Amino acid sequence: MNKKRYNDLVQKHMPKPGKMYNAMKAFIIGGSIGVLGQLLIDLFTKVLDIPQKEANTYMIIVLIFFASLFTAIGFFDNFVSFARAGIIVPITGFAHAMTSAALEYRKEGLITGVGSNIFKITGSVILYGVVAAYVFGIIRYLLFGG
Amino acid sequence: MTIKYNNVYIQDASTVTGPYEAKGPLSKHFDKSYDDLYMGSDTWEQAEIKMLVDSVDLLLNKTKLLKTDIDLFISGDLLNQLVASNYASATLKIPYLGIYSACASSAEGILIGASLLSNNQISRCICSVSSHNTGAEKQFRNPTEYGTPKPKYTTFTSTGAASILLSNNKSDIKVESATIGITCDAGIKDAFNMGAVMAPAAAETIFKHLNDLKREPGYYDLILTGDLGLYGKNILIDYMKTQYGIDIEKNYNDCGVMLYDIKNQPVMAGASGPCSSALVTYSYILNKMKKGELSRVLLVATGALMSQTSVNQKLSIPSIAHAVSLEVIE
Repeated sequence: MNKKRYNDLVQKHMPKPGKMYNAMKAFIIGGSIGVLGQLLIDLFTKVLDIPQKEANTYMIIVLIFFASLFTAIGFFDNFVSFARAGIIVPITGFAHAMTSAALEYRKEGLITGVGSNIFKITGSVILYGVVAAYVFGIIRYLLFGG
Repeated sequence: MTIKYNNVYIQDASTVTGPYEAKGPLSKHFDKSYDDLYMGSDTWEQAEIKMLVDSVDLLLNKTKLLKTDIDLFISGDLLNQLVASNYASATLKIPYLGIYSACASSAEGILIGASLLSNNQISRCICSVSSHNTGAEKQFRNPTEYGTPKPKYTTFTSTGAASILLSNNKSDIKVESATIGITCDAGIKDAFNMGAVMAPAAAETIFKHLNDLKREPGYYDLILTGDLGLYGKNILIDYMKTQYGIDIEKNYNDCGVMLYDIKNQPVMAGASGPCSSALVTYSYILNKMKKGELSRVLLVATGALMSQTSVNQKLSIPSIAHAVSLEVIE
């Protein structure tokens, strides 16, 4: 049987991924995290009188802290598997990916373990994030003069 | 390539499992289970070594033999450079051969052991395999606490170690024959879809085995693949019909489907790993054979032969299957 025919045979038996259901889940959960972030900013600016710019940073720190803490406690991975893009795309996904790598390699030393593996998943996000920032920065400079 | 044996017998076997297997439908057949994936060790890798040593110790206890009575220890696992088997062998101090054909290692071990036994070059040998869910997950996929979504057809690496003692002393069950498989490459590149990767290798080995020995599938009470999982199982049935015109549906099952309660446990398409075939066969299946409920079983252990590097380089994944025929002595 050639590879194409075999691939057709395989596809016949594959389960459907339920894309609509996953998209709805991601929309609702991802949206809720956005709402939570906004509530935190409102809390910081209106109740604690922190300037808007700093409040944004504090909101990010709070989300990162809890995503990392829940990863370390050990139940966050199940929640991520369920919520999928809804939790991977916001900053919570980045924190989760870094913390899980740090946890996994902690027994292999601070340098050879945690140090060299903590960016195992997130390294690409940082690299291409910085590259994209440069590219769009240059485009913005050329089009709008800065 | 099929080899017949007439003086190789299964003396006994032992199984040690992790928590998920202990909650599965076959739990009462296992000798020992841990309720935590660390098993009192510091790391996943050390936990796997511990299970492997445990399974050999248990087997020696059951058979009232000493380490010095064993001529050869053959073992395989999934960790890089066979770390689990190597470290277990350092503790056991039995002459040792480390083998790797991924999840087909269980049958490969029996095949090598039986061949040496049938030539009377050794008189007793222990064949072991082990795997550890999070150890394998860490090595082949992502950090274990990373909750990446996986497709429904992904299989779940089983946690456990299983050992079987083969010898020339007559017992109830013999290793009747074995077929060495050919490595197949069906062009699948998706490292989550192990069932689709391995089904053609299983089909080829089953076909060769039946053809070499001029047998029909019905000769066996049960044809058992190692770890194709829920979807791989259906692919194999379909592939056997389409490619070879052989219907195996009536007396065929897959250890990956039997090890867990797939509906209620978080195992997606079922078990995989070298242990999947061994945990099911060395406990539940051997017990059934001893009770007389099964008398001829063909174990077809299936392995996907990729590494993280080959997957990253987008190479399609080769696979292999080895078959071992087990028969109750009349």
